[in-house]
Amino acid sequence: MIRRTATIAAVTWTELVRLKVFYFLIIFALLVIGNSFFLARFSFEEEFQMLKDIALGAMSVFSSLLAILATATLLPKDIEDRTIYTVLAKPVSRTEYLLGKLSGVFLLLTLAVLLMGAVFAAVLLLRTQTLLHSAQIEMAALPPAELQAALERIRATGYDPNLFAGGVVILVKAWLLAALTMFISTFATSTIFTTITAFAAYFIGHLQATAREYWLAADTSGFLTKSVLAIVSLVFPDLQAFNLVDDIVTGAAIPAAIFWKTLALGAGYIAVYTALAAAVFHHKEL
Amino acid sequence: MRPAVLWTLVVASLLLFGLARLPLEKSLDTAHRTAGLRTATLNIELREQIGQLSYAAALSGFRSLVAAFLWIEAHTAWEQTAWGRMAGLFQSVTSLQPRSLVYWDLASWHMAWNASIAARENPKEPSEFLRQRAEREYHQLGRDFLLRGIANNPDQHILHERLGIMLRDKFNDPCGAADAFTTAAEKPGAPPYVKRLAAYELAACQGREREAYDKLRAIYLLGEAERMPRVITLINELEAQLDVPAAERLAPPEAP
Repeated sequence: MIRRTATIAAVTWTELVRLKVFYFLIIFALLVIGNSFFLARFSFEEEFQMLKDIALGAMSVFSSLLAILATATLLPKDIEDRTIYTVLAKPVSRTEYLLGKLSGVFLLLTLAVLLMGAVFAAVLLLRTQTLLHSAQIEMAALPPAELQAALERIRATGYDPNLFAGGVVILVKAWLLAALTMFISTFATSTIFTTITAFAAYFIGHLQATAREYWLAADTSGFLTKSVLAIVSLVFPDLQAFNLVDDIVTGAAIPAAIFWKTLALGAGYIAVYTALAAAVFHHKEL
Repeated sequence: MRPAVLWTLVVASLLLFGLARLPLEKSLDTAHRTAGLRTATLNIELREQIGQLSYAAALSGFRSLVAAFLWIEAHTAWEQTAWGRMAGLFQSVTSLQPRSLVYWDLASWHMAWNASIAARENPKEPSEFLRQRAEREYHQLGRDFLLRGIANNPDQHILHERLGIMLRDKFNDPCGAADAFTTAAEKPGAPPYVKRLAAYELAACQGREREAYDKLRAIYLLGEAERMPRVITLINELEAQLDVPAAERLAPPEAP
């Protein structure tokens, strides 16, 4: 089963790469590198703050877009090309086929996040080194202890180990969106329907936490209101839980318990959406 | 399986999963609040300030990205010396990213220093009274940013320190400045000079000379590294002012 799934994953990956989806990385690199030049006119604290804001924000935007758009096209394209019939005519179960497709997207998203993370890390490192170098020249007259303190401040502002955790959470959120989109595409009638529904779920997912809070609040009245809030809370994923980067960029430390709970929640969503996608796809009339 | 049965099972599974994950999501919410994460309040007022599109982006998980672009816009406003627009943009940025110390710090500095001086020297305003009033308003706006920043980040020494500097330099309030520096010195990671700043301001605060003397004395006794010329001068002045007996005095006045 693993070999067959891996083969489909590899083919899916190749198909997606041939669609030149990685071209968005050029835009990302231009955005981050271009901004780093533009931001050089700000103080180093502002520069690092905005570099992190823009880079991690762009990583989140691009990975989410990629997850939804790449996954939405998979099944309809295979049906349209009739590739799906050739594959399923062989001893490949529908679940293996679906898992293979999803694994291919996961692989693509992982590489995309890794590459974006590498560009961001390189720019951050370069700017930190440039600032350290200029600070050493400008502050050469300071006593050694004060100079060291100033350099340490630049290093601490630039490098933050929590940024890595932020990258991981962005990736898990992208995987979750891919699994959700795959589930939608198993019953969707077209790529457009899948894309629009996935984006709608994405927006509602970011409001799910608010809906849940009102649903569980004792003073929320009205049966209809409570029912709508309950449905939103129970059916849609809580995507705000994965927005840790907004706080990470401000230098806030993410406790290990929150990080692992977030990953566990993400794993739960991915498992359930994949299982539901497999169940629906199993009974789908092709 | 009939489609109706399948879809009943799918919906039931989604609802059951929703119920099963509820405790984890609630505990994550609580953990976020305890750790001071996700504190931004995206309300109607903010929507009016930043516009529908930016608000939708902020709601969709791109809060930090929107804040960065608004900050760049505020920088452009600064280059055009559009102080009112800057103040509005700073309100939006700090609402979007209430945990970012840089935004609070620089927003308050721009208002209390740059905007206030520009208002005082505004060539388009002939009335001295109105220019001074506008200057005071920008001072207060700067202080408000710091106070809100402190409320959102109570454990960060830097904003308390900045408040001390502002109260000292812009409000001529040595007592308030001393308290702000003292609070800053008690926070984790505060540099050692902050406690000296607190003592300096306390020495200028009428009625708290004894407290200032005790603080300066404690600083002096910390060792050679803390015995700055100003520490010694203030100790000498306070010993004379408080009439401290010669035998108890710490640092004898330097010979002229």
